[in-house]
Amino acid sequence: MTHEADAPTVFGLMAEFETPDGLVTATEKARLEGYRKMDAYSPIPIEELNEALGLNRTRLPKLVFLGGILGGLGGYGLEYWTQVIAYPLNIGGRPFHSWPHFIPVTFETTVLGAALTAFVGMWALNKLPQPYHPVFNVPAFARASTDRFFLCIEATDPRFELDATRRFLQALHPVGVSEVAP
Amino acid sequence: MATPQQALHRQAVSPEAAALVARTPAVITPGHTFESVTETISHAVLSKRTPIGWFFGFAIAFILLMVLNVTIANLLFTGIGIWGNNVPVGWAFDIINFVWWIGIGHAGTLISAILLLFRQQWRTSINRFAEAMTLFAVACAAMFPLLHTGRPWLAIYWLFPYPNTMGLWPQFRSPLIWDVFAVSTYGTVSALFWFTGLVPDMATLRDRAKSPIAQKIFGMLALGWRGSARHWHRYEMAYLLLAGISTPLVLSVHSVVSFDFAVSVLPGWHATIFPPYFVAGAIYSGFAMVLTLAVPLRKFYGMEDFITMRHIHNMAKVMLVTGMIVAYGYANEAFFSWYSGNIYEQYMMYNRMTGPYAVFYWSLILINACMIQLFWFRKVRDNVGLLFILSLFVNVGMWLERFIIIVTSLHRDFLPSSWDMYQPTRWDFGMFAGTIGLFLALFFLFIRFLPAIAIFEMRTIVPQAKLSTEHHG
Repeated sequence: MTHEADAPTVFGLMAEFETPDGLVTATEKARLEGYRKMDAYSPIPIEELNEALGLNRTRLPKLVFLGGILGGLGGYGLEYWTQVIAYPLNIGGRPFHSWPHFIPVTFETTVLGAALTAFVGMWALNKLPQPYHPVFNVPAFARASTDRFFLCIEATDPRFELDATRRFLQALHPVGVSEVAP
Repeated sequence: MATPQQALHRQAVSPEAAALVARTPAVITPGHTFESVTETISHAVLSKRTPIGWFFGFAIAFILLMVLNVTIANLLFTGIGIWGNNVPVGWAFDIINFVWWIGIGHAGTLISAILLLFRQQWRTSINRFAEAMTLFAVACAAMFPLLHTGRPWLAIYWLFPYPNTMGLWPQFRSPLIWDVFAVSTYGTVSALFWFTGLVPDMATLRDRAKSPIAQKIFGMLALGWRGSARHWHRYEMAYLLLAGISTPLVLSVHSVVSFDFAVSVLPGWHATIFPPYFVAGAIYSGFAMVLTLAVPLRKFYGMEDFITMRHIHNMAKVMLVTGMIVAYGYANEAFFSWYSGNIYEQYMMYNRMTGPYAVFYWSLILINACMIQLFWFRKVRDNVGLLFILSLFVNVGMWLERFIIIVTSLHRDFLPSSWDMYQPTRWDFGMFAGTIGLFLALFFLFIRFLPAIAIFEMRTIVPQAKLSTEHHG
C-alpha cells in the first residue's frame, strides 16, 4: 500500500435484513433517496429487486441468439466444406451437397453454440469467477447464502457520506449496519 | 366469458373435490424455513459422518466398476471378438445398452428443463439428482459405441471432424455421425446446466463448511458467488435460456438415436413412428430410474419432507402416460408390418411374436403395456415400496424393448441362408454390469460430496420467500 492516503477507508455500508420484504423496501427507499451505486444480496433470486435497483434488461438473450446462429452456420459450413470441397464422396449417388442430411448436425451445433454462449456469457457479464470481493469482509455476510438479506451502498456513490448514509440505513429497521472494509 | 353465477358455481367446490385437494400432498412438508431447508440438505454433504449404508452401497458399486475395468482391459487387449455379436447380428449389447442408458438420461433433462418451462414447482426437489443421473447415464452410454469401434483411440478421426494428417473427414450423411454430435452436445449442455445450477449451492456450502479444505474446494467451485441481485438477474435469464435450449435438444437426441435405425432399410427399423416412440420410451425409462434412485435416497437421507408423496405420485403419472405412448408404439409397429403387405415386414413381426426370442417380446409387452396399467390405481401410487419394485421392472422392460428391436430385426433378415442366433457372452454381461457399477459409484459419490437437492431452489418455495404484494414487481 504505497498510496495509503488515496485508498478509500471503506468499501461501503451494509445493512442486514431478516426478510426479502425488508430488503426490497429498503432498496426502493434507497433508490428514492438518490443512491445508485448499491447492490442487494440475497440467498434466493428476487425479481422485485430488478426494478428497485433499476436494472436494465440483460443483453444475454441477444448474445445467445448470436451464439446459436454462429453455431448453426459453423456446423453447416463444416459439413459443406468437408463433404463438397475437402473430401467429396459418392454415397449412394446422392449429390455432394445433400442438404437434408446436414440438418441434424446443424441443429446440434446451433444448440451447442447457444448453450456455450449462455454459460460463458452469463459468467462473463457477471464478472465471475472473482477471487476477492469486499462484501465478504463482513462476518454476518456468511448468512447471505442461507437466510439473510443485505443491502450495500458503496462509497463510490456521489451521495455517500459515512454518517448520513449510516443514519439513513439505520432508519430502515435493519438487523444491523456494518462498515465494509475495502 | 363466465357469468358471475358460473364463477360463483365454480367457487362452490363439491365436498368430494375439496377432499381430493386436501389429500394432494404438498411439494414440501409445511413448517420449513430457509435455515431448516439449507441445513437438512447441506448436512448430508458437510457432515463428517458417512452413513454405514453408504459404504455398503458404494462397495457393491465399486466391485462392479472393477468388473468394468477388467472387461475393458480384455476388450482392448483381445478385441471385440470377446463379445457375442457377429454377422448377422453386428449390433447387440453395445447398442442395446447405449440406447438404454441414453434414454435413462432423458428424464433428467425433462425434469430440469421442460418442467421448468411449464412452471412445475414439484420439479425443484428432484431436478438436481435427476440431472446428475443424466450426466452419469450419458457417460455410461457413450462408452458403448466408442468401445464397439474396437480401437477407441482411432475412433477420434472416424467420429470427430478435426484436421488430421490423412486429410480424412467424417461422413456427415450417416446417422451414426449425427449421433456423435447429438450425444456429445447433449452431454456438454447437460453438464453446463448442472454446473450452473450448482454454483449458488456451492456458495452456501462454502459459507457453512467448517473444515478449511471444504471451504477452499467449495469456495473455488462457487466462483465467488455472492448472491448479488445483478448476478441473480442474469443468472435467472441464463438458466431459463439453457432450459429453453435443452428442451428441443433432449427431443432431438433420442430422435437422432432412433435415426440410427429408422434411416436403414431393415424390417422393424425402417419406420416413421421411431422418433416419437423412442423419445416417449426414453422418458418412460428415465422416470423409472429417477424413481429407483429417489425412493432409497429420500428414505436413507431423511428427505421425505422434500421429496414428498406428491413427487412420487407425479412421477408415477408421467410413467403411466409415457408408458402408454410406448404401448401405442408397439401396437403401431405390429399394425404397420401387417398393413405394409411386405413379406419381410410381416415375417419380422411374426418372428418377434413367435420366434426364438418371443419370450422377451412378450415379457416386454407384459411389463410396458400391461403392468403399467397398475399405475392407474391410487393405492399403487401410494405404495412407495411397490412403486420401487415396479420401477425396477420398467427398467428391465425397456432394456428388453431395445433387445427385441435390435436383435430380432438383425438375426433373421431378407436372406434365410444368413439367419443366425445371437447369444451374449459373459463379457457382454460384464460390460453391462460394469456400467451399472460406474453409474452407481458416481451417484454414491455425488450424494456424499454434492447437494443432491438444489438448496437455493428449495428456499424459493418455502413460505418465507413470499413477498407481500405492496411492491411493484
